[in-house]
Amino acid sequence: MASMPMGGGLPGVFMNSGPSSFADFLGAYRPELLPGNRVAQGSAEHLNIPHATTIVAVTFPGGVIMAGDRRATAGNVIAQRDIEKVFPADEYSAVAIAGTAGIGLEMTRLFQVELEHYEKMEGRLLSLEGKANRLATLIRGNLGMAMQGLVVVPLFAGYDLEKGVGRIFSYDAAGGRYEEHDFHSIGSGSVFARGSLKKLWRPDLSEADARIVCVQALYDAADDDSATGGPDLTRGIFPVLASITDDGFRRVPDEEVGDVARAVVEARYSSPGGPNAPLR
Amino acid sequence: MSMPFYVAPEQQMKDRADYARKGIARGRSVVVLQYDDGILFVADNPSRALHKISEIYDRIAFAAVGKYNEFEQLRLAGVRYADVNGYMYDRSDVTARGLANAYAQSLGAIFTEQTKPYEVELVVAEVGDDASSDQIYRLTFDGSVADEHGFVAMGGAADAVATALKEGYRDGESLAEALRVAVHALQQQDADRVLEAEKLEVAVLDRNRDRRLFRRLTPTRIDELLARSADGSAEASTEE
Repeated sequence: MASMPMGGGLPGVFMNSGPSSFADFLGAYRPELLPGNRVAQGSAEHLNIPHATTIVAVTFPGGVIMAGDRRATAGNVIAQRDIEKVFPADEYSAVAIAGTAGIGLEMTRLFQVELEHYEKMEGRLLSLEGKANRLATLIRGNLGMAMQGLVVVPLFAGYDLEKGVGRIFSYDAAGGRYEEHDFHSIGSGSVFARGSLKKLWRPDLSEADARIVCVQALYDAADDDSATGGPDLTRGIFPVLASITDDGFRRVPDEEVGDVARAVVEARYSSPGGPNAPLR
Repeated sequence: MSMPFYVAPEQQMKDRADYARKGIARGRSVVVLQYDDGILFVADNPSRALHKISEIYDRIAFAAVGKYNEFEQLRLAGVRYADVNGYMYDRSDVTARGLANAYAQSLGAIFTEQTKPYEVELVVAEVGDDASSDQIYRLTFDGSVADEHGFVAMGGAADAVATALKEGYRDGESLAEALRVAVHALQQQDADRVLEAEKLEVAVLDRNRDRRLFRRLTPTRIDELLARSADGSAEASTEE
């Protein structure tokens, strides 16, 4: 039964005692709506589909900050200069995407519904590990598309309510899930961001300092990677920063990020390479 | 092979309706009423795990009385309906009206086609931007839908509870006052029923929240609200 229940009652599959997973239910009811279930021929490399670029995440005692630059590129062209790539996954976690923007956004939307659906069906929140595993399953479903060049790799970060710490999970295109410690970066500028994070991260960062570390790392990524956008002071476009603590997910207001970004850019006038790490 | 006795359709429908009504009358009651900031749901339900009131979607909630496994099945179907529609179209395209229609069709089909009707009664409510745009739909076991305003009582002693609500309910009351009226009405189920916070399941659709407007109230919060409205009505009576 493929028609929507509008006016026709709820189809039988809705009444079955099936899974609490939205993706599994959709797979049984309308499989063509799942991102990974579309059959494509050949390679998508030549299509010049927009790509999302650099994401960083930094833990601090009491939570984790996730940040993304605002650029999407299609080949040598800037496809969008104010794209958002960091999203709330649920009340206590965030997901950010790098790779094929369209599929990444669709997967994010599916993941958000997946977590909310489980919460409503079961009357409880999934554990942070459970959420990370569900995301791995969704990525695994996209393997066919990834083989054709439509790769999407998210970064997942959340506050673990049982352990009381912020945690970061990274993924590969095949759905491999890896827990990262302290900090991590993904996307085209991630190599440069990682170098920056390595020198700036300390275990005793305050939340305000962790925000600065994120903005510095994204600046360094934009400095050396053409696909990553730096803070755009002329247009007032700044990175998206999200903080996840025991108070839940909170997007840092643009004005606050703007203040951090302007201070970082100002300091680079005198020291273009950014803050110096001590030699010993 | 024996032939089944002929039963007139009128008799058949009447028997089924009586059967469903009897089943519903055995359970405890639930009330749903509007207050100034949204819609309040109160159930006489001591269980913390088996809910009679639940979240369906951003602005939509569900309340039920009757047979647990039957209304739980309908609740799960409703969550799926809402999430599928919201995913296919947009979150703003999921409405209580659409869900009430789907439930009505399903309940109507079950009532006429299956050997036994569902012994349930439901409310599907959606909170709007103001009290005049709130929607409350009441669905009965045979698939009939009623569009309600102000308050609804359903369950075992629904008539006694509804009478008390009719006397106590005012438009645009505060949450504390609406809760007091609801609890008082539920206590009319029996001559000596006293309902404390631990025996109540209370939730709201609060139009002043962000996105997901459904919230359960903890026993501590229920006690606090009941104490506040008790103070309020004491003050009001001394003024008189």
